[in-house]
Amino acid sequence: MSTSTAPTKAPAERVTAPTAPPRKVRRRGERSRAASLASHGVLTVASLVALFPVAWLVYLSLGPDKDDYLHPGRIWSKMTFDNYAFVLQDTNFFDWLKSSLIVSLGTTVIGVMVAATTGYAVSRMRFPGYKKLMWVLLVTQMFPIAVLIVPMYQILSKLQLIDNYFGLVLVYCSTAVPYCAWLLKGYFDTIPFEIDEAGRVDGLSPFGTFFRLILPLARPGLAVAGFYSFITAFGEVAFASTFMLSDTKYTFAVGLQSFVSEHDAQRNLMAATAVLVAIPVSAFFYLVQKNLVTGLTAGGTKG
Amino acid sequence: MTVAIDRATGKRRGDRTPRPGLGRRLKDGYQKHWYAYAMIAPVAVVIGVLVLYPLGYGLYLTLTDANSLNSARTIGVNEIEATYKFVGLDNYADILWGPTAYDRFWSHFIWTIVWTAVCVGLHFFIGLGLALLLNQKLRGRTLYRLILVLPWAVPTFVTVFGWRFMLADAGIINTALDWLHLPTPAWLEDTFWQRFSAIMVNTWCGVPFMMVSLLGGLQSIDNSLYEASEMDGANAWQRFRYVTLPGLRTVSSTVVLLGIIWTFNQFAVIFLLFGNTAPDAQILVTWAYQLGFGQQPRDFAQSAAYGILLLAILIVFTSFYRRWLNRNEQQLAN
Repeated sequence: MSTSTAPTKAPAERVTAPTAPPRKVRRRGERSRAASLASHGVLTVASLVALFPVAWLVYLSLGPDKDDYLHPGRIWSKMTFDNYAFVLQDTNFFDWLKSSLIVSLGTTVIGVMVAATTGYAVSRMRFPGYKKLMWVLLVTQMFPIAVLIVPMYQILSKLQLIDNYFGLVLVYCSTAVPYCAWLLKGYFDTIPFEIDEAGRVDGLSPFGTFFRLILPLARPGLAVAGFYSFITAFGEVAFASTFMLSDTKYTFAVGLQSFVSEHDAQRNLMAATAVLVAIPVSAFFYLVQKNLVTGLTAGGTKG
Repeated sequence: MTVAIDRATGKRRGDRTPRPGLGRRLKDGYQKHWYAYAMIAPVAVVIGVLVLYPLGYGLYLTLTDANSLNSARTIGVNEIEATYKFVGLDNYADILWGPTAYDRFWSHFIWTIVWTAVCVGLHFFIGLGLALLLNQKLRGRTLYRLILVLPWAVPTFVTVFGWRFMLADAGIINTALDWLHLPTPAWLEDTFWQRFSAIMVNTWCGVPFMMVSLLGGLQSIDNSLYEASEMDGANAWQRFRYVTLPGLRTVSSTVVLLGIIWTFNQFAVIFLLFGNTAPDAQILVTWAYQLGFGQQPRDFAQSAAYGILLLAILIVFTSFYRRWLNRNEQQLAN
């Protein structure tokens, strides 16, 4: 079983790794061939483990029959793109795409717009209630979905917002807004304080400083917050499964499940849809991932 | 009038002058901080309306016996009024020490703790190991990095289905095991193996985040520290122990906390891997969801009560964690 090799090997390798820290001049020759080979070996195995489930999904999506996943050998000889054609033409794929995009983009836009000023305020100013606000922002991020899902369901059904895009966007905002505020605070902290002072000296109001100086400088940070809200909203399962009832309004996370929970399991179509969803999202992710990590850890360290 | 100047001088606004009266303070505070308040107003409103109000409402629901049969609902044109009644703390009492409380709450509680600890442990150590490997001068480093990030890049709801195909009874994993003449467990049916595969899948999904963050942390450690320690005769283990680990402190304390919160709340992996078929492999979050939405009649009150209990556990844990971190930091400073 290939999956368990990485977990057992990697921790052991941890000890040998420091014998070969990156170094330019002195001991380069001393890093033994064996250590280097071992590093490559472990990394290759880990890469295979990381790659395999995804590659497998792609491979299965090429098999025309719904039980082909049990006989992967047969797919090789009859590989076809029929599944993709079927998914694009005869399922609700584009409806799901539309709902996913509406909901995720809505969440992103509202989340970033609402959160930006707050991120700035908590980054630059100390006001009574500051600590409490930061605490609330932190705590909201760790709300398990179980806390809000029941009351949200009741409230939204009272407001007739069940099975409604706007309702789902509102629900996602409950996590996206505090999260974006937290993340943007981290980003604003990295913008030198002198810029604000210069703005103030030149006669800008605090709002003017924010809108004219800081906001343009913070574009990368805003982008990261936006990307992250988008990705989380796109991949969210629990709320979408509960609140979206008609199958033309499903987001992808719900739509994919419907392939299996219906009367029969059309796994080949499911795999094809999964691949179609995964490609653009992953491409997008690769473009922004480096910024994501810095943003996440920068925001989290200080309260 | 800039409050912000405080930050520049590094001084905190405190009670340095004798406190004026309350009315005066309010007025002063308003004049001094009104734009700060104006700026946080949008988020305050959103949090109030979207988080605090539902939270309060949920708290109220936990004190009732609401379920889908007695809640207000609309059937066709008929509107039925809510008929649930106030039952005080009965729900909590029932969950925590009612009959069969062990099967309903405590067994899931223990499993959730095990799940969180094992997953975060694996995430962290595998992530650290890979980060250390990637931090060397190595041919093809960027390529490895890009491949290893893949499980994070593909949305979870997609990869979990990939795993479901692999773990199915006659799926690739069991075929391979069979070919090697190893036992072929029923990954998605047997309780132990369900738990095992849940942890496996979640580990697979969560390692990249740790790896990338820790790699960032490793790269920010000053190289001269390694050189200095080497001059002092530190061996590889000592360099790791006294340079690398302390250098990773801030990053790792943050990512571990994030990891614990995320794993504790991890919904998608277990829900999508098993659906309704695995009552014993449900962690508290998915179990609460099942009570509220995965069964008939839907037990809203109990589900909400689980939610509140979960939140309480997380808040208590986080405050202890932060306090522990602060204490450690002070010890280091002394």
